[in-house]
Amino acid sequence: MTKVIETDVAIIGGGPAGLAAAVSARKAGAENVVIIERHHELGGILQQCIHNGFGLHRFREELTGPEYAYRFIPEVWDDPKIDVYLNTMVLDLAKDQSITAVHPSHGLITLRPKATVLAMGCRERTRGALNIPGTRPAGVYTAGAAQRFVNMDGFMPGKKVVILGSGDIGLIMARRFTLEGAEVKAVVEVMPYPAGLTRNIAQCLEDFDIPLYLRSTVTKVHGKDRVEGVTVSQVDDAWQPLPGTEMHIPCDTLLLSVGLLPENELTQMADVPLDSRTQGAVVDQNRQTLIPGIFAAGNVLHVHDLVDYVSEEAEIAGRAAAEYALRDGDTRQEKITVIPGENVSYVLPQRLDPDAETEFYLRVTKPIDRITIELGGVRLAVRRLVRPSEMLKIRLRKDHWEKLKQENGETSLELVLDAKAQPVPSPRAQREGVRQ
Amino acid sequence: MKDTKATTAVKEEIRNMTCIVCPTGCQLEVKIVGDLIEVTGADCRRGEEYGRNEVLNPVRVLTTTVKIAEGTLPLLPVRTTEAIPKELLYEAMTALADIELKAPIKTGAVVVENLLGTGIDLVASRDMDHK
Ligand SMILES: Cc1cc2nc3c(=O)[nH]c(=O)nc-3n(C[C@H](O)[C@H](O)[C@H](O)COP(=O)(O)OP(=O)(O)OC[C@H]3O[C@@H](n4cnc5c(N)ncnc54)[C@H](O)[C@@H]3O)c2cc1C
Ligand code: SF4
Repeated sequence: MTKVIETDVAIIGGGPAGLAAAVSARKAGAENVVIIERHHELGGILQQCIHNGFGLHRFREELTGPEYAYRFIPEVWDDPKIDVYLNTMVLDLAKDQSITAVHPSHGLITLRPKATVLAMGCRERTRGALNIPGTRPAGVYTAGAAQRFVNMDGFMPGKKVVILGSGDIGLIMARRFTLEGAEVKAVVEVMPYPAGLTRNIAQCLEDFDIPLYLRSTVTKVHGKDRVEGVTVSQVDDAWQPLPGTEMHIPCDTLLLSVGLLPENELTQMADVPLDSRTQGAVVDQNRQTLIPGIFAAGNVLHVHDLVDYVSEEAEIAGRAAAEYALRDGDTRQEKITVIPGENVSYVLPQRLDPDAETEFYLRVTKPIDRITIELGGVRLAVRRLVRPSEMLKIRLRKDHWEKLKQENGETSLELVLDAKAQPVPSPRAQREGVRQ
Repeated sequence: MKDTKATTAVKEEIRNMTCIVCPTGCQLEVKIVGDLIEVTGADCRRGEEYGRNEVLNPVRVLTTTVKIAEGTLPLLPVRTTEAIPKELLYEAMTALADIELKAPIKTGAVVVENLLGTGIDLVASRDMDHK
């Protein structure tokens, strides 16, 4: 017979989101918590991210990925009320939260939690999703897969590398390959600005004189059994290759760093509504999805660039999940919908309880020198030098709600969040303290 | 300095760089006039220090892996406890290629003391259990 496990909170995924959610659920009073992780160890993607750059906001230190994970793992192992199921893969999640998983010794198991936190992370976009013309030889990998090979399995995928996409993983791998003795010939990015953090452009490419071609893409892959080279072309504003700009680069490996996709198969099995912009669930300020009792945090919800905020978000979800489990139900009121407006590519949470004090996580659509963030016309904050690669965090306070009520009336159930571009004050105006 | 005219031969150089100390990535302008180094564009003091260091002695933290026998994985991630001179990065990689440790090992355990005479240690950045 299938083993059935009852628990207050079940957490699917043992990466940084799952770890932080478990700890915070316990702190908020959950009697028992179960983490289900398909790998042989906890830590998620962090275990392969051996570079430093994690935890600066949270710990005021630059930790490597594994070091960051170890700030949480012992606390989870030492808590007798947190059960960790490793090598266990969740196969199904039903709307009533019943979870079906395969365990290495029990076989199929069923969990019946009072609340569930989705923390499955994300996966990489692959070549199939991109459709590059040319042959289909060996030697094409996603940057994250290459990272795992090089950092955990001890296998170098190639010697001459071209990287398509300037996401952080690709940039980090450009440096890693170079230090390991491979030659990184180019990083090719279709947009007019890099996708990854500026600091990674500096310390991973500029430090090693690796060329970055913006407004360009790989238009052809050459080679029969193994990659022998790629053709790189410049593109126009509609991303169409410009004839006559082709450049041939010999290489034996093509790495794809073209973005991440939240891993939401299970989420969809439970009919949890998704946001087409984040590709993750629609959530409220507690990170509760539109299915009561199911919460989500981390890369499964939206792709984060900083793990610090993954932990922060997961703490919110873990705490709220515990409270839900203890309450044994939901006390829902009508929620306000937040709609991304001018220059905003996405905003989270997408739903708000009226008067909720929270922090918006959002991204802009393009680099802008100076913006004001406004919710329903009420100014929340001013930010400088914003870029799509960096997620913004904007506080929503009580006094903002008061202004909102004055301007929009008590009943407004939809609020637009704008990131309005502002003129940058001239140096003279700045010196003289003139407000613009 | 009395005769300013005579010293106008002092070379003035401006370097633009990205501060890598935190994810904000401020754009720094470093002006070098003789022995004087002036950093503008930094949002905080650490950025000014970074700009100055980039001219005088650029340093980087090295993160890589070394071989480990009998562990749950064949490689152990390691890091320098502090940044080492940038020009030593490749030399350090070559020196580490021959190391082979034996599991188990704990996070923070010293793998190489005083790496290449820098006074900085190389340590394990995760636990590795015996398989
Ligand atoms: C290559 C790379 C480099 C990065 N570099 C930095 C950096 O320099 N600085 C920084 O701050 N952040 C960085 N990040 C971001 C940060 O690491 C991630 O945002 C963070 O790890 C996401 O945490 P998570 O828990 O949501 O997902 P993950 O770490 O992906 O964890 C998800 C876990 O869920 C498990 N899982 C999924 N589905 C199932 C299932 N069905 N059953 C059981 N288990 C399941 C997976 O095995 C995995 O362990 C980087 C990310 C990547 C990918
Ligand atoms: S100057 Fe300060 S704020 Fe700016 S990137 Fe450097 S450390 Fe960060």
